[in-house]
Amino acid sequence: MTDAALTATAAAQAPIDTPFAVFWRKFRAHKGGVAGLIVFVLIVLAVYLGPLIHRIDPNKIDIRAKNQGPSFAHPFGTDNLGHDMLAQVLAGGQISLAVGITAMLLSLFLGTFVGVLAGYFRRIDGLLMRLTDLFLALPLLPLLLVIIMLFRDTLRAAFGPETGIFILIVFVIGITSWMHTARIVRGDVLAVKNQEFIVAAKSSGMYEHRIILRHILPNVLSSIMVSATLGIASAIITESALSFLGLGFPSDFPTWGRLLFDGVNFLQLTPSRVFWPGLAISLTVLSVNYLGDAVRDALDPRTLSR
Amino acid sequence: MFTYTIRRLIFAVPTLLVISFVIFALLDLAPNDPLGELPLTIPPEVREQIRAAMGLDQPFLVRYVKWLQQFFINEPLNIFEQLTGWHIGDGNRMRVLSWATRSPVVDLIVQRLPQTLWVVGLAYLFGTLLAIPVGVISAYRQYSIFDQIGTFITMVGYSVPTFFTGVVLIVIFSSYLQWFPSVYDTNLQVRDWSSFLEQLRQMFLPILVLTLYNASQIARFVRASMLDNLSQDYVRTARAKGVKEKAVLLVHVLRNSLIPVVTVIALGVPTIFSGAIITEQIFRVNGLGQLLITAVQGADLPLVQTLTFIFAVLIVLFNLIADVLYGILDPRIRYD
Amino acid sequence: MSGIKSLLTAGVTTIILATGGTAAHAGRGSDGEAKILFWQAVSTMNPYLSGGSKEVYAASMVLEPLAGFDPDGKMFPRLAAGIPSLENGGIAADRTSITWKLKPDLKWSDGTAVTAEDVAFTFAYCTAPGGGCAQKAKFEGVKAVEAVDPLTVKISFSKPMSYPYAPFVGALSPVIQKAQFKDCLGEKAAQCTAANFNPIGTGAFVVKDFKANDVVTFAANPNYRIADKPAFSTIVLKGGGDAAAAARAVLETGEFDFAWNTVVEPEVLDAMLKKGKGTISTAFSTTVERIHLNPFGADPALGQKRSTKDAGPHPALSDPAVRKALSLAIDRDILVEAGYGAGGKATCNVIPAPANLASSGVDWCLKQDIAAANKLLDDAGWKKGSDGVRAKGGVKLSFLFQTSTNSVRQGSQALIKDWWNKIGVTTELRNVPASVYFGGDPASPDTYKKFYADIEMYASGFETTDPANFLADFKCDRIPSPVDGWQGGNVGRICDPAYDALIDKLSDASEPQARSEIIKTLNDLLVNGGYVLPLVNRGEPSAISNTLKDALVNPWDSQLWNVADWSRKK
Repeated sequence: MTDAALTATAAAQAPIDTPFAVFWRKFRAHKGGVAGLIVFVLIVLAVYLGPLIHRIDPNKIDIRAKNQGPSFAHPFGTDNLGHDMLAQVLAGGQISLAVGITAMLLSLFLGTFVGVLAGYFRRIDGLLMRLTDLFLALPLLPLLLVIIMLFRDTLRAAFGPETGIFILIVFVIGITSWMHTARIVRGDVLAVKNQEFIVAAKSSGMYEHRIILRHILPNVLSSIMVSATLGIASAIITESALSFLGLGFPSDFPTWGRLLFDGVNFLQLTPSRVFWPGLAISLTVLSVNYLGDAVRDALDPRTLSR
Repeated sequence: MFTYTIRRLIFAVPTLLVISFVIFALLDLAPNDPLGELPLTIPPEVREQIRAAMGLDQPFLVRYVKWLQQFFINEPLNIFEQLTGWHIGDGNRMRVLSWATRSPVVDLIVQRLPQTLWVVGLAYLFGTLLAIPVGVISAYRQYSIFDQIGTFITMVGYSVPTFFTGVVLIVIFSSYLQWFPSVYDTNLQVRDWSSFLEQLRQMFLPILVLTLYNASQIARFVRASMLDNLSQDYVRTARAKGVKEKAVLLVHVLRNSLIPVVTVIALGVPTIFSGAIITEQIFRVNGLGQLLITAVQGADLPLVQTLTFIFAVLIVLFNLIADVLYGILDPRIRYD
Repeated sequence: MSGIKSLLTAGVTTIILATGGTAAHAGRGSDGEAKILFWQAVSTMNPYLSGGSKEVYAASMVLEPLAGFDPDGKMFPRLAAGIPSLENGGIAADRTSITWKLKPDLKWSDGTAVTAEDVAFTFAYCTAPGGGCAQKAKFEGVKAVEAVDPLTVKISFSKPMSYPYAPFVGALSPVIQKAQFKDCLGEKAAQCTAANFNPIGTGAFVVKDFKANDVVTFAANPNYRIADKPAFSTIVLKGGGDAAAAARAVLETGEFDFAWNTVVEPEVLDAMLKKGKGTISTAFSTTVERIHLNPFGADPALGQKRSTKDAGPHPALSDPAVRKALSLAIDRDILVEAGYGAGGKATCNVIPAPANLASSGVDWCLKQDIAAANKLLDDAGWKKGSDGVRAKGGVKLSFLFQTSTNSVRQGSQALIKDWWNKIGVTTELRNVPASVYFGGDPASPDTYKKFYADIEMYASGFETTDPANFLADFKCDRIPSPVDGWQGGNVGRICDPAYDALIDKLSDASEPQARSEIIKTLNDLLVNGGYVLPLVNRGEPSAISNTLKDALVNPWDSQLWNVADWSRKK
């Protein structure tokens, strides 16, 4: 849908430049966005390439070296079992980023899909919105327990323990967090769909799905982007809450959320245990948010290039 | 608008019935067990009898219909009797009883409501009041210092999980500085000036944490929505016509921008009822969130069912309110 | 709304008035308020309706049994005038009945007299059909409880009992007032909310206000039998939060006097203790954290048959060498150091206490020996493959290891996985929420009784000083299976004819020395066979403020067993 929006934006304003060039020019003007992009790329690189440099196995236990402060061997110190915190934070980042982004995409897709349909087609609006109510009311924890009970063993057999639980968690976070996006998108669609250009497009005999893709979506994109950036944050945090309740990844798979949670008791003893995962989560979310801001500005068909 | 509201209200009844059924089925299917937390020394035969005493030996549908009857007939009748002092029938009605406490669920909720309203409700109110001006100014002075700082703070506000900020605040202000208590005293009654101050002190930290979080989220929406409107043609037209900047901002832009924001705010109101589970847990504000999480962990089915159902009612209700407000505020939207 | 509330508190007000009306005895109530913190909140004050320790402990401040246990496990009379025995004729020579004498002039907190009728009624209350009494096991084998006269009660059993002290001894089976509960029998038990939240008792305190799952306020009992006790006029028992926060509230901020069950990582506790505001006391009873190795196949491909006899023996764990090697590779001292600190002791016994029953025949496993474990596996033909994992005949030493969700247990899992890795065993870890793991939902695949894993860890113990029932759970016919709805107590699926024969011998033995010998042998059979890997004898740690005097923890009874004696240090 991003591509469609890009095309629409470009076609409307800058027939000479390629759509991407227009987008890039606008994006670059947003200083926070550029900074966000750099930080985010740095985090991704650190998390994926870091383990090649810092070659300690995150699950290696050295009980004699527990609760250490930062040192040359352990730049982030160690935890109460003697895990190297830097290695844990790097390994945790891989999982947390993957979960956060995939779950956000899933929930964004579901939310936009339901929201646009509900806003655009009056006949199914009531039904879809009641479905949204239902999902909002469902207690998350029992739902998780049921899903895990029903699907864990099947997925574990099909994809192995790690990928199986990854799919499960992304699925669970995705299907329990799309409702707000759906509501907001629906509200925006309702506001947009009666505007002249939509009516004009309709009367010119344009197909419904083309109207939605070309005219409705670009106009609700700003809300979607805000939801997306909020979504990554809440997905990472939901994952940590799940780990805490024992429904997340097995305990030997560190994630930022759980590192933070486990470290909270040790706040006074080894502050670095809390500081680094906390900083990693905050920086990631922060950079994604700035990124989202800039993308939103760059995509908005109504902002003139500055 | 009126017929629309009526139609929606009528439609809400079957919706809620379906929701209550789905929740009941889900809770029934869930593998956690109300007896899971009992000591392992209790033998299986006794466990079986405890289960029977909870009514768990009956078929699923029977239990569901029983709950419906208790919740929709017996409880309202009870409240009615309490209010009027009249007696209907012999008064010997089964109420919805929690399994863990064996006390009526409604009484538990009534007991917990004040704490939740004080802490979570106030935090939501403060958050909203803070978020709107911050969001408006941030958007109006986009990329100014105020916007940069505001954006940064709001982003930090929801980037850092509350279980982290909460514990950090307790360590600093309760353990180290000893300014605020770390445990919320639900027995405290505000009678005089000093007990009022005490109440303020114990509410301060949880409200701080939650306000920051709420304000951050809402301010982001206000800012985005304001930006959308500021760049619209009607703003330029109004300015070109010589309308005062203040009027442009407050009359035209703010009004239009707040439409989607009102939805977001209205939809957030039910979450006050569900409490702030993590924050309540950390500051030991034993409100509804804490009640719900203990009930879920202990698989106290009647309590979870009733709480989530009331939550569902509020969601449906506030969804309706949001839609009606939307219709009133935005003349472009026609429901009828 | 307020109407509902006023109904609830109607009973409470009368008691407050009663308290105010009595002239204070010298010493009673002179020390003001004490504050207790249970991070798992109390849900009811009726221990018969909730078997949970937190409810039993809270209720023990109000309700009392005929006799209790002191910290050494010795019985002492509470409501009873003395402890019946064979010598003093309290126990019938054929051991089929026991007769208790009540103290004279005992009063309930509402001022009425305590009689033998109340004791007999308590039995009727717990055994009434449909009531779901959680402590019914205490009355197992009891034929009748009769009030012989107002101060004498006779409990008759359906067969001779080697241990006749189960009913009405200890915090689990206190005496309740007949007048208050007479309309609450059977199915009506749950509806008596006012009585369940505010039982009239004989203990040092009465309930002044009860907020379920939140806070209980107690006031000194004006009719308590010892005139100058309790020293505190009110006690507030708050619930909620987590263990670390509870410890912090006593040890660091000093907001509370006593916090129960402060299971926190030892180094965190040490840091809190440095503030010097309080101490940690641990009550060591019989609870042992242990590992079970599944003797049956647990591969998901086995479907319905897995973890039952039909699945056939486990391809790897049925080999005694593997079981012994797994046990040898564990360093129990490190497990204690990392997860329990002063709250745990390394053990190789399934029965670690009382001292006269603890065996010393299994201490080979106390010392970690990776080399010996490796040698055992080498000799048994398990050869390391290119991936470092041992295998024999296509069977790899790769196990699924499950336990409940709990940060200490996950720490232990990680350590054990690491040690097993050193002997060529790979482990997949899994943790399940406690309410699912210890739950009995037959549809759930994750209960500890279903044991759909190769290896699992949990803790259990027995509550009296007599482990006969506990040990009988390891009999072959108690293996959980679909036939009994996965209810059997033999979670480790141990089936050893020699063991079963010894259990039968135990139930016939009544002479203490002989019993203790049999119990030790049973213990050794379990451990040496490698069926059970005991790890840590766990205690219940409590944080106690330095300003609180005479608060003693007790492994055999309620942690608040002597709350009547507590006072403020001057």
